[in-house]
Amino acid sequence: MKPISIVAVGFALIAGLLLGRGCAPKPPAATPSLSSGSVAVPPKLQLTPSLDAMRRGADLLTEPVALPLARVENADIKRARSYPMQPPTIPHAIDGYQIDQNANRCMLCHSQANAADFQAPPVSVTHYMDRDGQVLAEISPRRYFCEQCHIVQTDAVPLVASRFVGVDGILAAPAAAGRAE
Amino acid sequence: MKRLRDLLRQAWRILNSPSRHYSLMFLTLGGFIAGLVFWGAFNTILEEANGEPFCTSCHEMQDNVFAELKRTIHYSNRSGVRATCPDCHVPHQWTNKIARKMQASKEVWGKVFGTINTREKFLAKRRELAGHEWARLKANDSLECRNCHDYAAMDITRQSPRAGAIHERNLLTGDKTCIDCHKGIAHQLPDMAGVPQG
Repeated sequence: MKPISIVAVGFALIAGLLLGRGCAPKPPAATPSLSSGSVAVPPKLQLTPSLDAMRRGADLLTEPVALPLARVENADIKRARSYPMQPPTIPHAIDGYQIDQNANRCMLCHSQANAADFQAPPVSVTHYMDRDGQVLAEISPRRYFCEQCHIVQTDAVPLVASRFVGVDGILAAPAAAGRAE
Repeated sequence: MKRLRDLLRQAWRILNSPSRHYSLMFLTLGGFIAGLVFWGAFNTILEEANGEPFCTSCHEMQDNVFAELKRTIHYSNRSGVRATCPDCHVPHQWTNKIARKMQASKEVWGKVFGTINTREKFLAKRRELAGHEWARLKANDSLECRNCHDYAAMDITRQSPRAGAIHERNLLTGDKTCIDCHKGIAHQLPDMAGVPQG
């Protein structure tokens, strides 16, 4: 059994190398045509020369070293919202929280009834409304799965940069430009 | 009835009369050694029946609660300390342990008659079974939690700010006990409708 499997693995490796060598020159040829095309990407936004952020610029035949696992920020400090109506991000770890049809761990502290005991911000009354605007006693089923909108933040370096500017930034930009002129 | 009384009287006469063939030393030393053997065997079997391999030897535990435990921090964590089944579910003190073991005869009954021998039966009974454990931990002030998580040894400043504040407000004052808030940390929760939490 063993020699056969070794031979098979050897064949697979050689075949992979040959195929890889055949394909390797193609991506570099394709990449310049993309970047020199009409899509104008500001150079400072590109973290790596590769278009593929997941591989972080490593070519096809090298295995990039995995990034360390990101740690969830657990400092309990509320973060600013980037735009009006943004669901606030979760400022603490939620490892192992059970949210299913039986139980909702978030609502242990964030329900209107328990928020005072735990000094947690209660979910707003909109979360108790069904789609007809009727206020329910329990959290509305359509708002039940907290992580659909509210998420933790980690210390991971973003793979792709963001050009998002909040409404305050947009309002401030013309004013600053006007002052500059 | 008369024959039974005669039999008992005869047995009492044998026990009450001095030994005819065996020396006093043989009887005392023999009794002592027999006692040692009995006590050793009793405790060995007791401890054997008080470990994770025994608990998870039936499929009811293996497929349901043990499978859920494996995903939690009490099974695998950064410091490598593992809480096994009896650490939380059996009192560590001898008297209480024996009392719990006698209660467990009900569980033998359940095993023999297949009370939770399918996933559906287990899920249907889960709320009741969890309720027993919550009631037990509430009654003994979460003793099995505190066997490891001693409040006196707990450094509040090393906890996250909200956890520290909540522990200080509720646990230090004795208003609440661990199980009041920390239900479902090692197993999945049943339907919690109507269960007061926090």
